[in-house]
Amino acid sequence: MSETITLGKALNHGLRKALEDDPKVIIMGEDVGKLGGVFRITDGLQKDFGDDRVIDTPLAESGIVGTAVGLAIRGYRPVCEIQFDGFVFPAYNQIVAQVAKMFYRSLGNVRLPIVIRIPFGGGIGAVEHHSESPEALFAHVPGLKVVSCSNPADAYTMIRQAIASDDPIVFFEPKRRYWEKGEVDLGADLANAFPLHQARVAKPGSDATVLAYGPMVRTCLDAAIAAAEDGRNLEVIDLRSLSPLDMGTVYESVRRTGRAVVVHEAPGNLGLGAELAARITEECFYSLEAPVLRVTGYDVPYPAARVEEEYLPDLDRVLDAVDRSFGW
Amino acid sequence: MANGDSGAGGADAPAGGFVQLLTPEGERVDSVTTADGTTYTVDFTDDEYRELYRDLVTVRRLDAEATALQRQGELGIWASLLGQEAAQVGSGRAMRPQDMAFPTYREHGVLYTRGIDPIMPFGLFRGVDQGGWDPNEFKFNTYTIVIGSQTLHATGYAMGITMDGKTGNADGEAVIAYFGDGATSQGDVNEAFVWSGVFHAPIVFFCQNNQYAISEPLERQTRIPLYRRALGYGFPGVRIDGNDVLASFAVTRAALDQARNGQGPTLIEAYTYRMGAHTSSDDPTRYRIASEVESWKAKDPIARVKAFLTKQRIADDDFFGDVDEAAKKLALDLRERVLAMPYPQPVSLFDNVYPHGSPEVDAQRAEFERYHASFEGSAN
Repeated sequence: MSETITLGKALNHGLRKALEDDPKVIIMGEDVGKLGGVFRITDGLQKDFGDDRVIDTPLAESGIVGTAVGLAIRGYRPVCEIQFDGFVFPAYNQIVAQVAKMFYRSLGNVRLPIVIRIPFGGGIGAVEHHSESPEALFAHVPGLKVVSCSNPADAYTMIRQAIASDDPIVFFEPKRRYWEKGEVDLGADLANAFPLHQARVAKPGSDATVLAYGPMVRTCLDAAIAAAEDGRNLEVIDLRSLSPLDMGTVYESVRRTGRAVVVHEAPGNLGLGAELAARITEECFYSLEAPVLRVTGYDVPYPAARVEEEYLPDLDRVLDAVDRSFGW
Repeated sequence: MANGDSGAGGADAPAGGFVQLLTPEGERVDSVTTADGTTYTVDFTDDEYRELYRDLVTVRRLDAEATALQRQGELGIWASLLGQEAAQVGSGRAMRPQDMAFPTYREHGVLYTRGIDPIMPFGLFRGVDQGGWDPNEFKFNTYTIVIGSQTLHATGYAMGITMDGKTGNADGEAVIAYFGDGATSQGDVNEAFVWSGVFHAPIVFFCQNNQYAISEPLERQTRIPLYRRALGYGFPGVRIDGNDVLASFAVTRAALDQARNGQGPTLIEAYTYRMGAHTSSDDPTRYRIASEVESWKAKDPIARVKAFLTKQRIADDDFFGDVDEAAKKLALDLRERVLAMPYPQPVSLFDNVYPHGSPEVDAQRAEFERYHASFEGSAN
């Protein structure tokens, strides 16, 4: 049952499978019904599962997440779609103060198996609020788990794993990669699937470790191809899970290569890169040939589309950081 | 007879009226018909009247004990319900067993009427846990401290009732969401109104308008009576005398039954007064005058029931004495059990962060244990 499909279609298949597998799974969000979502990720689902399982909600993000909490207490497994990264903030209070804390508050009595899907990242020429990378704001919050897929096969599996998990999960989708294709085994069994919160070596290498997630994985894989022409064999790790971080995979790699470069679109200040650098330094200090370097968005609001290419980490900036690591 | 658009009331009704079935003097009003033609009344036996009185006295006595415990340093903080007993007991007793309540942090009286051990919220106020009970077991959600958040949870839960096909008849389920006058300014509460209206959810929004959001008077929250906001969301709003336990019962029971029958939400504004401080950390003398508090003392929710029971010869001094004595006994028992609450083990702070656990939390727990074990055997 392997098919070559886009990342967006893989998510659509994953959601469909989740709806089929468990009658308690519901999808809720703005325009997820007839329209199929602004990115068509829920295309056709309302038609097949009905409007009480694929729910077009009022235009209110706090309401989407807040009512999902009540539905989860009632026994449902809501999958909330936030239309764009920059629109999640009206729901931030419900996510941080309620979703993240209910299990702790109730001494483990209340599970909130809620997935909050957020298309994130830039590179699509959009207006303000449509290109942001707020993942660190969620990874910082105890009680939430945060993941991001980078390719169609992972998208199909990870969304199903996230929905099947009883942990509340913020699921970041690399919107600029929605249209990239890859081979997906639609018959894949979740029981044998690669664990949701484990990082994966996307490309093995020996000379330096490049850490990325979501949309930047493709960028780093491209950089690895270019670096090979210079005789440098980069290892690219797709982190996949941002909270918790699978540091075992990271440490093993960095101890081998002695060099680490972290790449993300989000601003560098207090971002995932800072946390990764601190942990790598603590655990791999004597293996490091150079400080952990970061290639990130700048500490400015996400800029206008005409300059976003200058803001976003790209192949050249990744290679520049690799060069700096080797020049240490 | 109707007075204004909300219902009849005594001389003490605010402009627009409210539903009042028992005056501050203890006079029973047979029934009240509001402008929309709904008639509210109660038909209690003498026993039921006496039990309502017992509830009111008990929750006030337990509340006083909690205030004392806080003043003695045994609770970190206490949010007193003093003055709001009728609103809470009436609405709480109006719930049927299958109904679900979503409280704020002040609904100790509602909790009591659900038949729940009154010690349940004391873990939160003593600082030994954050609530820690199972909402589905008690049909009473955990206390919610962020203002208004629980109204959305209640709405979602009510949507779930509809999706489960549990409305449309007398055995249906309904939800009651508690909040205060301050909360009506929150976006979440307004979103809860929108959603409940749109999805025709089986929910009753029970607003205890106690006139103050900590220090800010009602005028800082609204230009119109709160119950009238419901109209804009497409469902009925009713104002009741929040110090009248009979009105609280009658209107909440009717609204919950409408909800369970599939007739959608209702907003009830219980017009009452917070006789005490916002919490034990507050000083209300800084923002309200003594004469105002005195005027509300004359509308006390318990005194009027006592006057009624006496005048109607439903209860005598022996009964009142017994009720006081039983409430005192409960309060002293509560005190003992609060003082005996075990403090949590330090390492338990790592418990229940995630249903499926986290290697990061596990690692920190191990480090915490190693660190503390390193002191074992040392002098202090």
